[in-house]
Amino acid sequence: MKMKQLAAMAVTATLAAGVASAELVIPDLSYRTGPYAAGGTPFSDGYQDYFNMLNARDGGIGGESIRILECETGYNTEKGVECYEATKGEGALIYQPLSTGITYQLIPKATADGIPLHTMGYGRTSAANGEVFNWVFNYPANYWDAASVMVNYLLEENGGDLSDKKIALIYHNSAYGKEPIRTLEELSAMHGFEFTQLAVDHPGQEQKSQWLQIRRERPDYVLMWGWGVMNQVAVQEAANIGFPMENFIGNWWAGAEHDVTPAGAAANGYKSLNMNRIDASLPVFDDIRTLVHDAGNAAGDGSNMGSVLYTRGMYAAMLAAEAIAKAQEIHGVSDVTAAMVRDGMEALEITDARMEELGMARVGPAFSVNCQNHGGSGLGIVQQWDASAGNWVALTDYIAPDMSVIQPLVAEDSAAFAAEAGIEPGCL
Amino acid sequence: MLYREAGDFKTSYEEDSQTFPIAFDRYRYWVVLAFAFLVVPFIINDYWANAIVVPFLIYAIAAIGLNILTGYCGQVSLGTGGFMAVGAYACYKLMTSFPDVSIVIHIILAGGITAAVGAAFGLPSLRIKGFYLAVATLAAQFFLVWLFNKVSWFYNYSASGQINAPERTVFGVPVTGPNTEAWAQYLICLVFVTVCAIVARNLTRGSLGRTWMSIRDMDIAAEIIGVNPLKAKLTAFAVSSFFIGIAGALFFAVYLGAVEVGEAFGIQKSFLVLFMIIIGGLGSIFGSFAGAAFLVVLPVVLKVIGVDLLGWPTDLVAHFQLVIVGALIMFFLIKEPHGLAQLWRLAKEKLRLWPFPY
Repeated sequence: MKMKQLAAMAVTATLAAGVASAELVIPDLSYRTGPYAAGGTPFSDGYQDYFNMLNARDGGIGGESIRILECETGYNTEKGVECYEATKGEGALIYQPLSTGITYQLIPKATADGIPLHTMGYGRTSAANGEVFNWVFNYPANYWDAASVMVNYLLEENGGDLSDKKIALIYHNSAYGKEPIRTLEELSAMHGFEFTQLAVDHPGQEQKSQWLQIRRERPDYVLMWGWGVMNQVAVQEAANIGFPMENFIGNWWAGAEHDVTPAGAAANGYKSLNMNRIDASLPVFDDIRTLVHDAGNAAGDGSNMGSVLYTRGMYAAMLAAEAIAKAQEIHGVSDVTAAMVRDGMEALEITDARMEELGMARVGPAFSVNCQNHGGSGLGIVQQWDASAGNWVALTDYIAPDMSVIQPLVAEDSAAFAAEAGIEPGCL
Repeated sequence: MLYREAGDFKTSYEEDSQTFPIAFDRYRYWVVLAFAFLVVPFIINDYWANAIVVPFLIYAIAAIGLNILTGYCGQVSLGTGGFMAVGAYACYKLMTSFPDVSIVIHIILAGGITAAVGAAFGLPSLRIKGFYLAVATLAAQFFLVWLFNKVSWFYNYSASGQINAPERTVFGVPVTGPNTEAWAQYLICLVFVTVCAIVARNLTRGSLGRTWMSIRDMDIAAEIIGVNPLKAKLTAFAVSSFFIGIAGALFFAVYLGAVEVGEAFGIQKSFLVLFMIIIGGLGSIFGSFAGAAFLVVLPVVLKVIGVDLLGWPTDLVAHFQLVIVGALIMFFLIKEPHGLAQLWRLAKEKLRLWPFPY
């Protein structure tokens, strides 16, 4: 036992030596390769470019420079574990695991290691209950919010009545795609619409039978929980069977430029949710362009600036930076630890004024986080693809989800997890 | 000089048929075991355990399992991923249904359940051979993954279909769940690997192994000399699936802790384990270890060299990794079709003659 302690001390000593130089270490678990690379590349570019811009403009956060550790996961869980273990010893402050599989994997590990996870709009929905998931945050919105926002949008479209409507969900047959089913089942019982589910297996290149079924059953609306190549194929298949595009709504991971461009003009009118308002003319992009791209420090080839997922990556970086700034303010030190960043995340408050100050006015919803609610406000917008102009047009303002449906589900699922994992709910 | 039979006199049948006939090999074996059990647990850290050693040990068990079926009995199988999933889900159901029973018993029972499933899917092997059997096992792969995705009883009706390993202890030390220490994780896998390897080695040397090999070499001839193909093939499927089930259970419970069937146990896992035994060497226990080590360690080494030492972009390194691993696989298949185990065998032959080759 003594030997082990000695060995452990030796290891921690070497690790401590590594982090002694004061800097904020932020790992970026990117996936620029594999079947989902088209989505992973712009997100990672945006995430890194924002931090690089802070380094160049403000000298980091609170005077501490930021060091980004990029690690390629290929959206693969085993590689994700390797990346997590390889980077956590460097003093990582916050993880964005990005894949649902890696998120589930890291929730218990990061909790045990005391490093906060930010699963922005993905991952385990019931992590919104901060009393059970002390170290996991999924603000500003989660999948159950997304499902409810979609239904609320459709309610508004149909004068508040969906009772004679048929709604189909076409989903990626994985943990990610299954997330909204329970919420949609509840909402179907509540609003009286008929709900059907169509699973598409990874990677989703083969969807003929699902769309044949849609053609036969003629649902009024098709909702999609797709990712990667599945989105492009689904949009193409919907066009092939002549399904009205304006009745086809994807979630926020099924609504980027590369999802709709392969179908060309046929994709015109396709709708999707977004947690960000897409505006390539935001002042923050000018800062990134002059301070990062023109200086030759762009994370990628610089071509993704202002796109849906680039904006989202940058938004995620902004939320992380704000949480770190908050942690510095709470604890009065600039060289914060992962535990302090967690406190910063839990006290985070994003207002419209603050976003405007940061040069990204109304890029996301205003929200605040507290111990009970790690999920933020849950607001989302509906955007529509304009194929001729080649851009996404926001159709609505931020729509609120129906919390009376989601809260009990979150409570139920997190209680089941707490019982299974033996967690005593409470604030840290 | 050191490495030869000469002077090592065997005076009983037991000694004559022991696993390592050469004295140097016997000492080396004990030194390796002593190092693995007595030294590594004290120096291992989270990174080494999670990124390299634990996956290596678990894949080694899976490779031993597949090697019994494919290397020793000659039945090609592409269902490894599916059988690992059976082990993982059986272990999960047992862990959550009987939380008071030791995890070690659960893992062994998970192996037993997988053995039963494997034997059932082995039945077609009595009628079909070669490529056709590969396709039949491919059906097992897809069916099992579909089953664990579709029937929510297997994942206790959780909203996402993910399964999570709760904390379980062995002698009061947690071996699953997030609070597991690297050394505990390592030791439990090591114990299973050691026992599995010894059992597999002795099974393949005994009469059961000989019947498997006779079926592999020529099934009609084997039948004529009195080997029952039904018994030989089904035992091969059962024993092979037993090991693969244990690997799947450890993969889920000890290594990853949370698993999604389509992602963790898809067809690519079946191919990965098949590549391991082809590169390592068909019909060799050592080959299973060598192949597992090759395919687990090489990508990590390439990543460390590319990203950490040379500072290349991560996506470039990831793409290079595919190219290099692929090229090395082809190189090995052309230069040494019998795998790394054959290189080892040749090295031993040469060692016997050293320093006076003739």
